[in-house]
Amino acid sequence: MASVGKIARRSFLIGAAAIAGGVAVGYYYYRKPYPNPLQGDLAAGEATFNPYVKIGADNTITIVAPRAEMGQGISTTLAVMVAEELDVGLDQVKVEHGPASYAYYNAAILEEGGPFAFFDESMTAEAVRSGLGVVGKFLALQGTGGSASTRDGFNKMRQAGAAARQMLIAAAAQKLGVAAADLETANGSILHKASGKSLTYGEVAANAAAMAPPAEVRLKDKADWNLLGKPQKRIDMLAKVTGAPIFGIDVSLPDMVYGTVKMSPRFWSKPVSADVAKAEKMPGVIKIVPLETNYGHGFGIIAENTWEAFKAAEAIDAQWADAEYPPDSEAIAGVLKQALGAEGSAMRDNGDVAKAFAGAPPEKIIESDYAVPYLAHATMEPMNATARLKDGVLDIWCGNQAPTLVRQLCANVLGIEQDKVTVHTTFMGGGFGRRVEMDYALCAALMAKAAEGRPVKVTWTREEDMRHDAYRPAAVGKFRARLGDDGLPVAVDMTIASPSVIAGTLRRLFPSISPIGPDKTIVDGAYDQPYTIPNYRVSAIAAPVTIPVGSWRSVGSSINGFFHEGFLDEIAVAGKTDPVALRKTLMAAYPAAVAVVEKVAAMAKWDEALPPGKAKGMAFSLSFGSWVGEIVQVADTPAGIRIEKMWIAADVGTALDPGIIEAQLISAAIYGLSAAMGQEITFADGMVEQSNFHDFDAMRIFQCPAFEVAILENFHKMGGVGEIGTPPAAPALANAIFALTGKRIRTLPLSKAVAFA
Amino acid sequence: MAVDHFARAMDDNEGYPMRLTVDGQSFDIDADPEMPLLWALRDLIGKTGPKFGCGIAACGACTVHVDGQPVRSCSLPVGHATGAITTIEGIGTPGKLHPVQQAWLEEQVAQCGYCQAGQIMSAVALLDEVADPTDADIDNAMGGNLCRCGTYPKIRAAIKKAAVLKTARL
Repeated sequence: MASVGKIARRSFLIGAAAIAGGVAVGYYYYRKPYPNPLQGDLAAGEATFNPYVKIGADNTITIVAPRAEMGQGISTTLAVMVAEELDVGLDQVKVEHGPASYAYYNAAILEEGGPFAFFDESMTAEAVRSGLGVVGKFLALQGTGGSASTRDGFNKMRQAGAAARQMLIAAAAQKLGVAAADLETANGSILHKASGKSLTYGEVAANAAAMAPPAEVRLKDKADWNLLGKPQKRIDMLAKVTGAPIFGIDVSLPDMVYGTVKMSPRFWSKPVSADVAKAEKMPGVIKIVPLETNYGHGFGIIAENTWEAFKAAEAIDAQWADAEYPPDSEAIAGVLKQALGAEGSAMRDNGDVAKAFAGAPPEKIIESDYAVPYLAHATMEPMNATARLKDGVLDIWCGNQAPTLVRQLCANVLGIEQDKVTVHTTFMGGGFGRRVEMDYALCAALMAKAAEGRPVKVTWTREEDMRHDAYRPAAVGKFRARLGDDGLPVAVDMTIASPSVIAGTLRRLFPSISPIGPDKTIVDGAYDQPYTIPNYRVSAIAAPVTIPVGSWRSVGSSINGFFHEGFLDEIAVAGKTDPVALRKTLMAAYPAAVAVVEKVAAMAKWDEALPPGKAKGMAFSLSFGSWVGEIVQVADTPAGIRIEKMWIAADVGTALDPGIIEAQLISAAIYGLSAAMGQEITFADGMVEQSNFHDFDAMRIFQCPAFEVAILENFHKMGGVGEIGTPPAAPALANAIFALTGKRIRTLPLSKAVAFA
Repeated sequence: MAVDHFARAMDDNEGYPMRLTVDGQSFDIDADPEMPLLWALRDLIGKTGPKFGCGIAACGACTVHVDGQPVRSCSLPVGHATGAITTIEGIGTPGKLHPVQQAWLEEQVAQCGYCQAGQIMSAVALLDEVADPTDADIDNAMGGNLCRCGTYPKIRAAIKKAAVLKTARL
């Protein structure tokens, strides 16, 4: 057996990121419970039971859902977990995001960070997984990402509710002088049935919270759930249909000034000359300050309103140094192609691939090159943050996916202690991985330093946002297969080259840490798929391009879903097997996978013939612990290809809110289709060429297909939800276009080869 | 009486006093008439319901009504905004929702929610024009409103539901 220690030290890069956090936080925290961050900030009459529950004497029940709400519905589902065990209705509770605190670390975000496929439950894999969970606590990353929030919260949040309920019952038993076992709870009250006496939670909250937490916390059986497992009304819906000021961009504070940024159009480049005199004299301009952060260089413009700041930013005349990376898309493609020729690190290597290809007859070999472009996140809400630095204390308001990192990096950039920073996390107008980055917060913090104690709301233009992202990296792949006489693949060799997301993220968030080891995200979605092929190799190569790249909804799986499933479709065609039947054969060892493929095929009536001018394509992807099959139907119309319908079957293990899960599956599929159809970020002279939605658009309502979704719960472990619909979307569409037109498109976006209606 | 502030202050790049009628209230502001209506609403008047998304009328997040017509407030100079302006905050309140808001709530449309004020304002204008819109009507009226969360299927369902709710209220 391979030594666990050795594998852990091989440190696939997510491990390196985790260790980086470990250095910052300290080994000391391991296994030591974090203090309850709510303790110091309670309202009069309010008591707190743990970092997730507060109850006031007036029976106001507050649940802290410490994950970022960017549309995925997490604030609702986390609150439901607590409410379920606390025996209160969702309409009886207030839900808050809560403060930045290490108490809210997300262990699950890293648990799938090791070099093991999700379905690998060998002892080594399980040991490394729990080891990474521990590192997650070292890192104390209060992060939202990796589709990990429900998996991380599922036990913690339910236990928080159950423990509070048990303490409330114990306090009520004392007060009423009855046995705890004779008390029942419902809707925030405790009832003694025999006497008819009842108390509200609020009436005993203070006494209950002073008790020791129960040694043993009893959780409800799934069969007894009232709220979990059923669609709930989202807690944020009313605010969102009435235009309530809930986003970072809506923050309004007394005495507030406004601002924007103008960052170097070439990443990392310094200004070689800059004339701000004209801009400084423009109406409403208060101050222009140079900015320097881990994200590069630029200027911050402070003005009396946002519009005046925008105009002044345009008037700054600056020249910037040349790019440190290949300056245009052609040169970048050259570097990627060259990288593909190097020897990769094999993350999967079954059988003997070299031997299997040796001496194969040429007609049994298929070879293909695939490529995908850089992509922007393009959240609807452009980047922004509001900051106030007064008397050495920083308050910062922003949507963000990692409040403890906001605190740490803002403290560093200002040279103050972390306990002088308060992070107010707002709702986000989309995240998709963009709000893992910290540039918007760092710029606002530096600008606050120049604002003489006044709060400054810093809003980026769409153009700045589009041109200063941490992009989904471009990637290229070389794919070879040898077919057997039965048409099934005997050997598959996949090599994928891409700039490293983890190395890029470390440079910005933990610049003192050097990346070590290969980056697993380069092959996520290709090396870890539940197919059995006797000789099966998947290798990763990090390409040396330092344009900032980061986490984009489903990360590596957004690339490799397209590569792997497009190539599998080619294997099916070359081997004259049906794409659905081929997958079922290859994934026979994984019943959960077979079940979703069978389900989606049945929903789409895959076996029935379509009229001329229509066709279907399918794809499957296992990502973030969930198994997803998608089928797309396209039609040839005079205006171009129309995406008519999409069927999705997903096994998420345990479905906590089917309504939100369905919405997320459709959302992620549309996100993937949008990119596949038309999106790309290209470069010229070291600068991003796209700037706004006219040249980086997304699917519109008139292009949107009808959806049919099935949620399965066959697998014994819970999977993620927010990203899993994206990886199969592009290949299902490309495979449908092949079935319709005979055109095999191996490079995204598809709009370079076909027109869409 | 409509006054074209823009024409009167064309050569004047400085602030210019003007009066806006927003959600039934009058506001006196001092602004460069070239300032987009969106920023006058958000920064000068404090109406943050309309959202900034693109600044070039490409995403619809800033949609408001001027005299009942849907306009992209990010691209309309405030000096030209001479009619009665209605924002998401003027069509209904949490206690008294507009039928379109009610339908949005019942269909659980929003995810991140950022584009939804604009979506709702476009939908309200559509239903004022066409009581019982077809899919093609919806495509035409809503094509300028981008949603990155992909709530389109629910937007379509909510518009159809709102048509029913609105008729029932008449």
